[in-house]
Amino acid sequence: MTSTSLLSVRNLVVEFQTGEGLVRAVNNVSFDIPAGKTIGIVGESGSGKSVTSLAVMGLLQKPAAKIPQGEIFFNGVDLLKCNDNQMRDLRGNQISMIFQEPMTSLNPVFKVGDQIAEAIRIHKNVSNRQAWDKAVHLMNLVGIPNPSASAHKYPHEMSGGQKQRVMIAMAISCDPKLLIADEPTTALDVTIQKQVLELMHKIQQELKMSMMFITHDLGVIGDIADDVVVMYRSNIVEKNNANAIFTEAHHPYTKGLLACRPKLGANPKRLLTVSDFMTEDGKEKQVPASRIEVYEKENFIDHGQKVLLEVKNLVTQFPIKGGIFGRTVDHFKAVNNVSFKLKKGQTLGLVGESGCGKTTLGRSILRLVEPSAGNIIYDGKDITNIGHEEMRLLRKKMQIIFQDPYSSLNPRMTVADILMEPLVIHNEGGNKNQRYNMARELLEKVGLNASQMNRYPHEFSGGQRQRICIARALMLRPEFVICDESVSALDVSIQAQVLNLLLDLQSEFGLTYVFISHDLSVVNFIADEVGVMNAGQIIEMDKASSIYKNAKEEYTRTLLSAIPKGETKRSLASLV
Amino acid sequence: MIPVLLGVSLIIFVLFNLVAGDPTAVLLGKNATARQMAELRETLGLNKSAFAQYLDVVKSAFTFDFGRSWATKQEITHMIRQGAYPSLCLSIPAFFLSTVFSLIISLFVAYYRGKGIDLFIRFLCIAGMSISALAYILFFQWFLAFKLGWFEISGFEFGFPDFVPYIALPAIIWILLSLGPDVRFFRTIILDEIYQDYVRTARAKGLSELTILMRHVLRNAMIPIITYVVIQLPFLILGALLLESFFSIPGLGGMTLNALNSSDFPVIKAMAILSSVMYIIFGLISDILYTVADPRVKLK
Repeated sequence: MTSTSLLSVRNLVVEFQTGEGLVRAVNNVSFDIPAGKTIGIVGESGSGKSVTSLAVMGLLQKPAAKIPQGEIFFNGVDLLKCNDNQMRDLRGNQISMIFQEPMTSLNPVFKVGDQIAEAIRIHKNVSNRQAWDKAVHLMNLVGIPNPSASAHKYPHEMSGGQKQRVMIAMAISCDPKLLIADEPTTALDVTIQKQVLELMHKIQQELKMSMMFITHDLGVIGDIADDVVVMYRSNIVEKNNANAIFTEAHHPYTKGLLACRPKLGANPKRLLTVSDFMTEDGKEKQVPASRIEVYEKENFIDHGQKVLLEVKNLVTQFPIKGGIFGRTVDHFKAVNNVSFKLKKGQTLGLVGESGCGKTTLGRSILRLVEPSAGNIIYDGKDITNIGHEEMRLLRKKMQIIFQDPYSSLNPRMTVADILMEPLVIHNEGGNKNQRYNMARELLEKVGLNASQMNRYPHEFSGGQRQRICIARALMLRPEFVICDESVSALDVSIQAQVLNLLLDLQSEFGLTYVFISHDLSVVNFIADEVGVMNAGQIIEMDKASSIYKNAKEEYTRTLLSAIPKGETKRSLASLV
Repeated sequence: MIPVLLGVSLIIFVLFNLVAGDPTAVLLGKNATARQMAELRETLGLNKSAFAQYLDVVKSAFTFDFGRSWATKQEITHMIRQGAYPSLCLSIPAFFLSTVFSLIISLFVAYYRGKGIDLFIRFLCIAGMSISALAYILFFQWFLAFKLGWFEISGFEFGFPDFVPYIALPAIIWILLSLGPDVRFFRTIILDEIYQDYVRTARAKGLSELTILMRHVLRNAMIPIITYVVIQLPFLILGALLLESFFSIPGLGGMTLNALNSSDFPVIKAMAILSSVMYIIFGLISDILYTVADPRVKLK
């Protein structure tokens, strides 16, 4: 243990007792966090990074979790030897933590001011009044507008970004020496992510605390971390200072992580993934030269293909109820006068922040919500007002892939049943055997193994589940697919694989996509044309090849500047 | 609320006209003459149009004037008023205590979740639920009241504290019967909350497990618990059928049972309407309590 380290983790091993025996989640991990420095811990889901942080906090679920070996020194004291009372004194006081999900991490039935004040009251000898005043002061510090009134709000009355600010205020309320942030921005839009990152960096500097920042996305911590620890499959595979990680990564996994995030202006035909850099068993391999060529974004080549989808002056509105009889007093226009044309084989990217109407637009096109005005013309036919049965038949050709692969698959159905269900509903694909074979074929197409047909969704990782969702959408051989934030819930390394898959499937089946995302870099990679949405309208529409260079609208430039830059300091070619 | 009441009285009206058949035949027996029957029809108002008869049912739902019983010829309103007193003397203390005990026990087992004491109490709950209510009643009546003479075997006296010895034993049985299902239900709700993210946040603040349970978890768990408790309240007024009849408590439960036995349709109809009205009222109360417990819910 070095004398300047605030936190020193030595040879930490964490194991979990599961139904299938002892699983080692953290294997012999050692690292130091010097006082006043930020250390980034990077790795994909299941790499052991969150478990490490929970071990430091003493919040591992006992008795399932065991720590057979290791030491965690905080200020010279081994936390693993502290009893519950000693740990409670440290938690929220000297070491505090921010979690990934601001939506569920706050207690829904208490005012946010009370929740911040509670942390102060239990650790500091202050009156309720003083604690409340400190809470209001902290809310001001983390940039919540009108803090003295906002302190009286309940969590559901705040946006996701504001809730995460409340979590930050709570975490820094007792001036901790160490702040652990576990994916604090992953659930937020890129624009909000940028604000929260800047806030955390500012506060860390002002309070001179140490920070342990956990993320799956190297790009996010490029600007704020001093040192970076890369974890892969329970082990630390690389440790270096932040600049060095970006310029001279050694481990193939780190290289893969750096390469897999889509970049503006440097578009490969397919994104590089971790598997381009290393083999299944973790050995480095040579990246094929063809994979790292960087292309100028190509324009969509117009061979005079027919227009597959045309949307004319589409409006979708929701009633605002008011008065004692719940009369409709006004309408909220979620989609306000949107028009565009999409040719067969083309991809339209729709980008904007939460609440801009992009998801409602996608669902209106499929008439999953009914539009109020305007026309949707699909394949030359106006489908705005066609009957229920006719629309049902048309849905064979128009499919949608949703955001959350965890909740959009029925947990009690096998993969085979999930994939065959669309065929059964539309009475397609012949008999059961033929349907099964179709499902198996498609499952292999999306990169899964035919032997996994009889498994249940919970046996798969997030990325694999999204592949199943994609396969399900393609079972009816659609021509048109809406991808609604289909990669937003995935780790960047998995995101790259799924984006590549979507492109491969597009060229194989001649699919037409509408790709909806809050991340302009992702949209820019996959789309031919990009529409920027704000307040229900498409405010700017341009070719993907030029929108990032010549953005006309201020709003588009805000979205562009919010994309994490970290790795753009370096060029792709220097990776190999 | 008013449309619901109108709908309920319509269903009751249709149901009773279908099930009851011709009430004059029931009342006068097999040897009734056609003239007697016609006279009775007149006095019972059965010659009125169906719509007018329905209006009578609706009227009774709002005025609580249910006419007279066929069996005892008493005013039904008076009978209900008289029966409600013993019923409430038993049900209110029994229900209150069983809910409080269940809540305390379920918080206790949630705190020691997965430990031996949790398993043991869960076992007791299942065991208690598996034994028939009749077994409790017969055993306690025989053993505690008859053999040991700690309680009155049966009967009732009006006025406090005279009724206490009479309701003590049925109340104890009531509490024992409710503990099993209530503890299991409350425990499940509390444990659902314990695994929420906000509890992890509370732990990260450095709160003790007990504070987390009593402050953060309980407040959230109260939301479903309130619904569960409030929706049982109408039953308290309607009385406990089994307990009242075994302990000869002259409550509404016993009254309803007698009415069923003697096909006393006006009384049954009155109790049906009364229970619907109670349901509607307590449903509204639970909606209002919801907004107190859960800031996310607003009355529109």
